[in-house]
Amino acid sequence: MSESHETVPQAALKARVAELKASGCNMLVDLTCVDFLGFGAGTKNASPAPEGRRYKLVYRLMELDTATGAVKRRVTLDSWVEEQPPVSVMSLFPNADWLEREVWDMFGVTFADRPNMKRILMYPEFVGHPLRKDYPIKKRQPLIGPADGPARERMTAADLRPRLIE
Amino acid sequence: MDQDLSAPGILTSRMDEAIGWARKYSLFPYPFVTACCGMEFMSVSCSHYDVDRFGAAFPRFSPRQADVLMVVGTISHKIAPVLRRIYEQMAGPKWVVAFGVCTCTGGFYDNYATVQGIDTILPVDLYIPGCPPRPETVLEGLMLLQKKIQAQGRNA
Repeated sequence: MSESHETVPQAALKARVAELKASGCNMLVDLTCVDFLGFGAGTKNASPAPEGRRYKLVYRLMELDTATGAVKRRVTLDSWVEEQPPVSVMSLFPNADWLEREVWDMFGVTFADRPNMKRILMYPEFVGHPLRKDYPIKKRQPLIGPADGPARERMTAADLRPRLIE
Repeated sequence: MDQDLSAPGILTSRMDEAIGWARKYSLFPYPFVTACCGMEFMSVSCSHYDVDRFGAAFPRFSPRQADVLMVVGTISHKIAPVLRRIYEQMAGPKWVVAFGVCTCTGGFYDNYATVQGIDTILPVDLYIPGCPPRPETVLEGLMLLQKKIQAQGRNA
């Protein structure tokens, strides 16, 4: 099995995916996103993000021998997200539908040239994109019940046994 | 009431005691199973731990036929309205069991998606902690619940 990794400009993304598909990559294993906001701040690590870019899309493709089930090749493709939304690869790999919806739901990176862009994990009433680095870590948006649950103190030994409320 | 009821073969009891006794051995759980705790719940239900010994084996998948709501697993904000609706559809008397630490407090899922304890949306009768709880813990909890049901609202 061979593995490779490449970074392509966003404008070339769909063409490159199509090329890989034509060359035998028959599965889109995963499509996800990384938020580099504040990456390395306060440390010696410089952010790899180019100026003005914040998100990186990561596509993972695989060449699967359908006769034997053996994995022949794995390709990781990544791309920095520019101003314009990246073009959907749904026409090449139908499963990109849910993956792109997940990227939008969690990170707010939208995709061009596809229908039905709506939330997949969170509920429609949810505001914002929870995996963004600037989503407040304590922010809660319950549909029912209090916005912030009762203050939970640290568990005590008494909490390790079943407890009945009379 | 000057009849002699001490004759052999006659047992006297208070009505609510008798009803409590009958109810506690005839629990019909509704398994609201959302996560990994479900595996322990299955383990409790199957022959090795055998929850049938407590008369609580027969799961009803309709809330209208159930009287114990077993909430087993992490409850997200997305499913919370469904859980409350299930609870509202159950006929009384009914009891709610928070099975596993996620349902008790949210567990370690202190995040944007998870309800921080189902007692923020439902009245809970019994908390069974553990991640997941051992079947023995579940059985201990079940016996506590039976004690409460037997008491019929009086202090157990």
